[in-house]
Amino acid sequence: MAETALEGLKVLDLTRYIAGPQCTKLLADYGAEVIKIEKPGEGDPARRLGPFPNDEPDPEKSGLFLHLNTNKKSITLNLKSEGGKRIFKSLVADVDILVENFSPRVMPELGLGYLELEQLNPRLVMVSISNFGQTGPYRDYKAAEITSWAMGSRMYSTGHPDRPPLKLAGSVVQYLAGTNAAAAAMSALFGSLATGEGQQVDISIQECLLGAVDNNLLSHQYDHEVNRRQGGRREGTYPMGYYFANDGFFQLQGPSVRHWPRIVRALGIEELEDPKFSDPATRTQHHGDFDAIFYPWAIVRTKGEIVQMAQDAKAYSAPLLNMEEVVNNEHHNSRGFFVEVEHPIAGKFKYPGAPIKFPQTPWGVRSPAPTLGQDNIEIYCGRLGYSKSQIVTLRQQNVI
Amino acid sequence: MTRLPLEGIRILETADVWAGPYTCSLLGDMGAEVIKVESIQRMSTRGQTLRPPKDAPGYVDKNPGERPWERASVFNGINRNKLGITLNLKDPDGVKLYKSLVKVSDILVENYATGVLDNLGVGYEVLRQINPGLIMISMPLFGSTGPYKNYRGNGGTCDPVTGHTLLRCYEDNDPYYIGQTVHTDAVSSTTAVFAVLTALFYRRRTGVGQYLDLAHSEGIMPHLGEAIMDYTMNGRVAQSTGNRGVTNAPQGCYRCKGDDRWVTIAVTNDKEWTLLQEAMGNPAWAKADKFQDALSRLENQDELDKHIEEWAIEKDHYEAMHLLQELGVPSGTVIDHAEAYADPHIRARGFFEKVTHREAGTHEYAGNPWKLTKTPASIRIPATCLGEYNKEVLCGLLGLSADELQSLEDKQVIGDAYLEGADIA
Repeated sequence: MAETALEGLKVLDLTRYIAGPQCTKLLADYGAEVIKIEKPGEGDPARRLGPFPNDEPDPEKSGLFLHLNTNKKSITLNLKSEGGKRIFKSLVADVDILVENFSPRVMPELGLGYLELEQLNPRLVMVSISNFGQTGPYRDYKAAEITSWAMGSRMYSTGHPDRPPLKLAGSVVQYLAGTNAAAAAMSALFGSLATGEGQQVDISIQECLLGAVDNNLLSHQYDHEVNRRQGGRREGTYPMGYYFANDGFFQLQGPSVRHWPRIVRALGIEELEDPKFSDPATRTQHHGDFDAIFYPWAIVRTKGEIVQMAQDAKAYSAPLLNMEEVVNNEHHNSRGFFVEVEHPIAGKFKYPGAPIKFPQTPWGVRSPAPTLGQDNIEIYCGRLGYSKSQIVTLRQQNVI
Repeated sequence: MTRLPLEGIRILETADVWAGPYTCSLLGDMGAEVIKVESIQRMSTRGQTLRPPKDAPGYVDKNPGERPWERASVFNGINRNKLGITLNLKDPDGVKLYKSLVKVSDILVENYATGVLDNLGVGYEVLRQINPGLIMISMPLFGSTGPYKNYRGNGGTCDPVTGHTLLRCYEDNDPYYIGQTVHTDAVSSTTAVFAVLTALFYRRRTGVGQYLDLAHSEGIMPHLGEAIMDYTMNGRVAQSTGNRGVTNAPQGCYRCKGDDRWVTIAVTNDKEWTLLQEAMGNPAWAKADKFQDALSRLENQDELDKHIEEWAIEKDHYEAMHLLQELGVPSGTVIDHAEAYADPHIRARGFFEKVTHREAGTHEYAGNPWKLTKTPASIRIPATCLGEYNKEVLCGLLGLSADELQSLEDKQVIGDAYLEGADIA
């Protein structure tokens, strides 16, 4: 088996849904041992979220869960029971990193907050991901993807001025927070490796957005303007935005006025060679004229051919792809981005693959997402030394 | 004196625009020593031009001043905790010094177009001879191999190729209306920090460095896992749902009192639906059968939204959130950038840091988003000015004499002001 980058790194994973599992997925996929603790019975709620093959819900066939939990082990454990807490403490004594994304009250109320856990394991890095952080007036506020995006300050300027502010797709804010947490975990880990002393890492989904998604937060400090929704057209600036070809949409942008003559020649649109379009003093007034020439020109061509022509002229351009086009895309597949993964119950499907290519220690799915409690025997008997009959008792007592 | 987690690690930054610099400011925040290489021949993204017009947006008080490139928010927000130097990499002396820096660095972060560093004679194959343990990360738009490897673009070029753009339209599926927001660089940068530290962990154990290829597009696509799996499992092509939930209602962005003020609400279960009704004063319309369970709320969400809009328009956008949150309904005010600076929670978290910059003056900057409880990050070094640390790095670290430094300045291999035409290069 190929060597992995994070071999030897041990992670205990209490996370559920998306942000937390995205953090531990990155660690697991690059080789860390990640032991995922799930609630006995229903497990990670992501098992209920799908999508499901043939729209037939099954806790072992949820696409979201299968994607986010590759390379992880699963044990079931009831943290609300005394027996469960005891087992948890013996597990945490032995790991480098713990990741959790409960509401901030939960771990301390269980008697498993960082102050308790650092006594058991002084080198522990405890990563806590929450909506608004472990402190502050909104600490206990609930959130969903759209509300988190709204509180990150960029939603206000996303969308069209005549329409409401607009959210991003799917759960990308939560995935971004998870990625932040993985980067933060590795940073704190290096501190712990150097000094033997760990710490808690407090990740607020809100703070992962502020100042990170754009520079307009600081530009407000500097010039006192408030960035507002502009929609797809910035008056006087062209080409810029998404345009209609005969088979879909494409992006086209300058990148700057200097490149205009070259782009126009490459696209072969003679009427746009008129100096009124290239003279900086006059061009901003002729945006409407540009549209009147460019739109009909584009609509009879394919997005692929326009993008290629534009890129040949060193303009910024790309086709807008739907998911079918993405998964079948020649470029993504030439890079082997999608990988086939076989799961014992869900079956074989293509999954998103490596976000970063590591030549010596490649990304890979060593094991598919675990079935619920798949590794109970290995961990409880093999590692913690419980006998089989003790395992039965623990199950009967709802400890595991 | 607390020891920051990445103390003792040296990062060489040869990067521009957003993703590369933001990656390195995150690493610098965590305590790494970051040496940022720019040049006086070619302007970095320190504004659009060398001599912007008066009243240009994005500059301190809209006043570009004598040295506009030191007063641009687009640069100053993401280039703190770094030692900025200049080197002309088209000059053999510049290349020689660059290689000397590589020799003593742990990690090199670059995000130029594929082939640029190779053409300058400082590609990975050359650099690994100088420093076999070097960890180098490139962040090209679509990766350094494949049919799109030479494509140029920005975040707005990357987003469409991942499938994200078509998934984040309003419900009419028309991307024209979505505007300029992209989160590409935030994803790439945080992924890159994870990547280089992962490679460093491996090198710590084995002594082996690596060349990491992080395509912006490949950083993002795993974040669209549900949509990808719905296609691979079911052959279904996901469509935009605007602000609405796919399986839950009500969810949306509702207009409040005042000019362009909004609040978002997401009811995700029956309990939250009950609490929302309570927040609205238990109106009679909400008792209708068609709103009582999740499935029928979804089916009737147009009517549901109208009622909620009538409620929200009477409310202040912040009050609405607090009222709903007090009861336990997920809700978030759509805050603008001014409101972010004033928000009581964000301020209580100490998120903003007051920093005095020698050319830009004193302002509050966004802090590092990761709160490390024992070794907190801070802005130790304000955003670097052009060539500000030439002496400290070239003499202090590389051992050049004062005369050698002067000679480099005379030959314009280094400097601290842009040459005319640097914005056209």
